Amino acid sequence: MSQNDTTQPTLFTVAVFAENHVGLMNQLSIIFTRRCVNIESISASCCSIPNVHKITLSCYSDRQTMEKIIKQIEKRIDVLRAFLYTDDEIVYQEVALYKVPIARLIDETDLEDIIRRHGARILEINRHNVIIEKTGHNDETEALFNELRRYDIRQFVRSGRVAITKSPAELVDRFISEQEERRLRIEP
Amino acid sequence: MQQEEITGAEALIRSLIAEGVDRVFGYPGGAIIPVYDKLYDYTDSLTHVLVRHEQGAIHAAQGYARVSGRPGVVIVTSGPAATNVMTGLSDATMDSTPLVVITGQVNESLLGSDAFQETDVVGITQPITKWAYQIRRAEDIPGAVARAFYIAGSGRPGPVVLDIAKNAQNELLQWAGYKRCNFIRSYLPSPEIPEADLRRVADMINAAERPMIISGHGVMIAQAEEALAQLAEKADIPVASTLLGLSTMPTAHPLFKGMVGMHGNVGPNWNTNRADLIVAIGMRFDDRVTGEVEHYAKNARIVHIDIDASEFDKNVPTSATIHGDARKALEGLLPMVIPAKHTEWLATFDAAHRTEYDTVMRDALGDDDPEGPLRMGEVARKVSIAAGSDPVLVTDVGQNQMLSARYFNYSAPRSIITSGGLGTMGFGLPAAIGAKMAAPQRQVCVFCGDGGFQMTMQELGTIMQYGTAVKIIVLNNDYLGNVRQWQAMFYNNRFSQTPMVNPNFIEIARAYGIEAENVAHRRELDAAIRRMMDWPGAYLLNVRVDERDMVFPMTPNGKPVDYIILDRNTTYSPEA
Repeated sequence: MSQNDTTQPTLFTVAVFAENHVGLMNQLSIIFTRRCVNIESISASCCSIPNVHKITLSCYSDRQTMEKIIKQIEKRIDVLRAFLYTDDEIVYQEVALYKVPIARLIDETDLEDIIRRHGARILEINRHNVIIEKTGHNDETEALFNELRRYDIRQFVRSGRVAITKSPAELVDRFISEQEERRLRIEP
Repeated sequence: MQQEEITGAEALIRSLIAEGVDRVFGYPGGAIIPVYDKLYDYTDSLTHVLVRHEQGAIHAAQGYARVSGRPGVVIVTSGPAATNVMTGLSDATMDSTPLVVITGQVNESLLGSDAFQETDVVGITQPITKWAYQIRRAEDIPGAVARAFYIAGSGRPGPVVLDIAKNAQNELLQWAGYKRCNFIRSYLPSPEIPEADLRRVADMINAAERPMIISGHGVMIAQAEEALAQLAEKADIPVASTLLGLSTMPTAHPLFKGMVGMHGNVGPNWNTNRADLIVAIGMRFDDRVTGEVEHYAKNARIVHIDIDASEFDKNVPTSATIHGDARKALEGLLPMVIPAKHTEWLATFDAAHRTEYDTVMRDALGDDDPEGPLRMGEVARKVSIAAGSDPVLVTDVGQNQMLSARYFNYSAPRSIITSGGLGTMGFGLPAAIGAKMAAPQRQVCVFCGDGGFQMTMQELGTIMQYGTAVKIIVLNNDYLGNVRQWQAMFYNNRFSQTPMVNPNFIEIARAYGIEAENVAHRRELDAAIRRMMDWPGAYLLNVRVDERDMVFPMTPNGKPVDYIILDRNTTYSPEA
């Protein structure tokens, strides 16, 4: 599916930079809910700018709907800026954890081969389970999931994506410095 | 400044006074008692209007805000009081009305425990307010109030909620004076307009042969009425307005061509699809304005001027936008626009008006059938004429709203207070109370149907208590008239749940000490209106109108904007 086709669902990544106030997530999620767009993943953390919170969301929709959603997000008072990206504009990563019973995994397979082929790590081994970590894109963590499935995965969890833009422009920094200039004009 | 220790409740009241607030609308209750206790000490500088229901408080504050241009302030308690103001919050968001709504909240220690009269006010109000914030510590009160007023009144105005936990009202803080807020890092209320954006739009205006301006509520909010008239006159551009944009240009101005939308005037609706340029200012292309959006303004390039960027390309695609204050935009465009004449184009509006007058207006004004029943349109027109200079029209929602908006004459800005976006029945009476308190020198006339009037008629008690001299006109047809009209036109005359058995409104009004009279015949109307206007206090006129009365013209839901029904058998075409 082409990202230029405005009606076909595309996987978009939304990056929101906001003040870290109580109730921020509610303000964001209701904007998606009202427009019947399902949030596929979500992750929140601090970012390189002091006291600014970054929320990264991913969702399937069309560009027109997403552009309207971005404007609605930016309209919220606590939001500094919000941006819309397709996968080619960002470097992104997810992390997945797998809890697999140890017995069959050791008896029936070459564990080292699986770990090496997938670039995964073993975080913990105890007498019952192995806990494996794999970072990568959705299809990569999915591939390991499919391979481990036959050994009866007991728990699986995948994080929301985190993303960083490839672009040389740091638009949030620019917004904040422009706002700072404004503040100095208003209250010197 | 000398520091002193005061309670959070007292800090709240001092902060309101420091913001220039002299009147609040409210209703006391358990979680806000500390504020009401301190209010008792400040009655000289802060007037409290005790309503009869919290919904009345917020609609009154809306009326107050929209007539005065300053934020309306509401104080209510937690739980049911907070949920009772939800309709007004949603209404104020849709209609860009600045409000600061203060709700009491249970003690911080009880938050989330389903305590008595606890409700998640911030969680509930976030989708329907510009900003909602919970205060849990007394020392945060002055700063939060300052932010609230800045946010409510700047940019695209809207309602703000401050949810104050009871402990924060009772606890002490060091009062070091009040500092107004004029900057928030994450908020850019009124961006600078780039010269290039103005130039681009000016070129489009200068090149247009059939331009039309649609003036919205944003023109009024930005106080851009004069700039609008100057631009329209210089470039000879016809001006239409949205429902909320009525009175941005006087009805009598030769370039004012009426209202757009479902029950708007024929000229601007028809010509929306004949124009080659539409300059839309401070409006949002609501579905009641556009009709079926695929066939809206199909021959025009659309220029959209708005302070809220999220309105651009939301409902209709634009060719150019100006993001910023309407007055700055219009004043910036004025020197760039070349004087022009659009005589032939303007004549098409006048031709459409003549057809509308002959087929719709004469009938609605009762001129076609002098012996027939009273018509809602004629009552509105006669009240408008009798109301003296610069009256304020307040409406409820439905046929009374559309017909009074259509037939009232507007001479000054801020002359119509109506629930446009949300369409809140019951809005009219309390909004009129607030409007009259904001402009005691202006005659405030509120039109209600018998249905909407009964949704908030308990506010007659507020009118009684404060002697608020509003003129109440109940257009009474013992029906929910607007729904009845749709049932008659589109649902095969199946009048499901629209007939209404009504009480004696005269006796109800008199029980509140409000003078009132019935009017059932045309011959009684003029004298009754005269008595109402001459009466020094509030007055209720219960006007018997025909339930078969309908609002025309009408562009039915889902039809193109130029599909205009003139009466039940005719649609408009210029040859008709």
